[in-house]
Amino acid sequence: MSEHQPVEGKILTLPFMFLGVLAAIGLYFLGVRFADGLGAVANINSGYPWGIWVVYDVVVGTALACGGYALAFVIYVFNKGKYHPLIRPAILASLFGYALGGFGAFFDMGRYWQFYNIAMPSNWNFNSVMLEVGLCVITYIFVLFIEFAPAVLERMGAKNMLRWLNKVLFFFIALGVLLPTMHQSSLGSLLIIMGAKVHPLWQSLQWQPLMALLTALTMGFSIVIFEASFAAVGFNRRPETPLLARLSKAIIALISVFLLVRVLELALNGKLGFAFAGDLAGNMFLLEMALFIFPLVVMLSRGNRDNGRLLLFAAVSLLFAGALYRFNAFLIAFNPGPGYSYFPSVPEIMVTVGIVAIEIMAYLVFVKKLPVLHSAEHA
Amino acid sequence: MNDERNFEQLEKRLGVSRRDFMKFCTGVAATMGLTTSDAMAMANAVASPKARPPVIWLHGQECTGCTESLLRSEHPTIETLILDLISLDYHETLAAAAGHQVEAAKQASMKANKGKYLLVIEGATPTKDGGIYCKIGGKTMLDHVKEAAEGAAAIVSIGSCASWGGIPSSGINPTEAKGAPEILPDKTVVTIPGCPPNPYNFLSTVLHFVTFGKLPALDHLNRPKFAYGRLIHENCERRPHFDAGRFALEFGDEGHKLGYCLYKLGCKGPETYANCPAIEFGDVGGGAWPVGVGHPCFGCTEEGVGFTKAIHQLADVKTHAPPNAFPYVNDRPGTNSATPGAAALVGGVIGAAVGATAMAAKKLGKSNEAGDGDSQG
Repeated sequence: MSEHQPVEGKILTLPFMFLGVLAAIGLYFLGVRFADGLGAVANINSGYPWGIWVVYDVVVGTALACGGYALAFVIYVFNKGKYHPLIRPAILASLFGYALGGFGAFFDMGRYWQFYNIAMPSNWNFNSVMLEVGLCVITYIFVLFIEFAPAVLERMGAKNMLRWLNKVLFFFIALGVLLPTMHQSSLGSLLIIMGAKVHPLWQSLQWQPLMALLTALTMGFSIVIFEASFAAVGFNRRPETPLLARLSKAIIALISVFLLVRVLELALNGKLGFAFAGDLAGNMFLLEMALFIFPLVVMLSRGNRDNGRLLLFAAVSLLFAGALYRFNAFLIAFNPGPGYSYFPSVPEIMVTVGIVAIEIMAYLVFVKKLPVLHSAEHA
Repeated sequence: MNDERNFEQLEKRLGVSRRDFMKFCTGVAATMGLTTSDAMAMANAVASPKARPPVIWLHGQECTGCTESLLRSEHPTIETLILDLISLDYHETLAAAAGHQVEAAKQASMKANKGKYLLVIEGATPTKDGGIYCKIGGKTMLDHVKEAAEGAAAIVSIGSCASWGGIPSSGINPTEAKGAPEILPDKTVVTIPGCPPNPYNFLSTVLHFVTFGKLPALDHLNRPKFAYGRLIHENCERRPHFDAGRFALEFGDEGHKLGYCLYKLGCKGPETYANCPAIEFGDVGGGAWPVGVGHPCFGCTEEGVGFTKAIHQLADVKTHAPPNAFPYVNDRPGTNSATPGAAALVGGVIGAAVGATAMAAKKLGKSNEAGDGDSQG
């Protein structure tokens, strides 16, 4: 009946239990955070009010969760149905990634008990980029949930409901393309407001939204390759390399445009010199560029694209590149004024690691219990 | 109706559009802190030709810088306006006539407009040896000033020389040069000090007189309060640097390039009363005034400061002196550096991601080789 089926296997494997330990440590420190306050756990300060909980969990995390967005774009906007086998796991990963982002924003909030105000239109500030991001991400989490609902309904055998949902699903799929376009570009707009605190190599002002969107899409496609490769290895399934190879063409186009805009913006504004200044910012920029250019070089050759191993390397390189681009702009090359410094504390990192562990554990449970992955005989 | 005609005539007379003219009057009113209705009153006063007061302009020991800066004010057609706003009956620099002819014209105007004309004095008056060190038309400046002051409706001394002696009075003062208020102790002499003073301070004072028939509010030195009520230091754009303890220490150093406070280079802004930072100089805007372009103020408007104190000498701060030590701004609460544990953890997380990728790639390579035959390609 369905093209998708659950992966057979038991839940409590050794890696699963290891992840459980990490999750427990993370949850412990999260408990400390709520009992004793932010300062007891995180190293954030007045100069760096945004630590890794925002920059990794929200800014990088939601970009890593763009697989569902990128695939929805290809499948439903460009009408490439052949990628359909990849969509359910991608949507599932997006759902967890975005939920992590929303949760991260919540526990990073100093006065989290005020969070309900975002649901009250009378308190909205329409000049706030943050409001746009917040509302958009919350809505998108619901949209992702509805997009993923068919998998749950199939498992429950609720056929009538499934039929009804399939009739209105197009609307949510459209929203699922629109909303990430809005908030992923807004994550770039956040940098515009930070002005001169952002290093000139990353402060491209009006180009910020475009660059954020391009990197988010690139990371979205890369994470699809990453997930598919790991699912193939982890569950001993046949690799979907041919399908992924064709997906990499989209990546080539996206990185090319991104690199062109990025380098031109720097060159035309006379900022290229900063790249070779030999300081931390300059070197991080060069590293970031190398991580962007390596996959481009790999993917340009057809032979390399068909090689699942090289494709995975390229995808991971791109994930690191996109993450580093965001980390550089928001934290590493960020200068809030003299005297401030930031490096995440051990508890802070453990919270993020724990949340990511929970995310992976939930993913494992879902693919084993629900029809998420594409059944091999239909491929 | 009458106003309308006046404005139409004014447009012809001055060659300015009504809009530009109204803008000018509003600007002048704003400089003095007056309301829009006062600006309208000024516009009407200027537009009706009857109100133009005759002006006798005397030059003593000076460089004509005040007149020059007035003529070079760049507001639309300001020179036309100043010549038309007032009836300039005597001005040595600008008069077409010369010699005894112009002296006779001056005498005639003073006689005809007795009690109505505005007397403007530019330059100091020497008083040593009966004032013989400055003579015009065979008469000493001392006599000219006293004679013209007799029938004047109001007296304005423009520039520091006329206000308190300026350059001619500095140092050993060989000619015993004095400002007009000292020569005319019984009269109210409005002083517009500065070297040169901002022309708009002068124009605003004159317009106020023309409009309301009286002088603007004056301070204890008879300076208009709207222009000299506050220290330069109070409105200076570099003031936040002063408060934060960021000073340029020599010309061209890092602090100077970054626009830091010039106090330690000898800026006299903290003891000089003038509105320079508010209205700036030369009508080009954008910080075009001495401190704005990076030179310390030398206190040209202030007696005992300008031409008296050395340029590098520290100002006597009238508000509050900076402390010898400022709180160390690099001490930020809650700032921690990386602990070895945290750094190791970050390295571990990145390493785990890279390692997992490598392991997956290894397996993927094997299954790729195995499944080569049934590729979906």
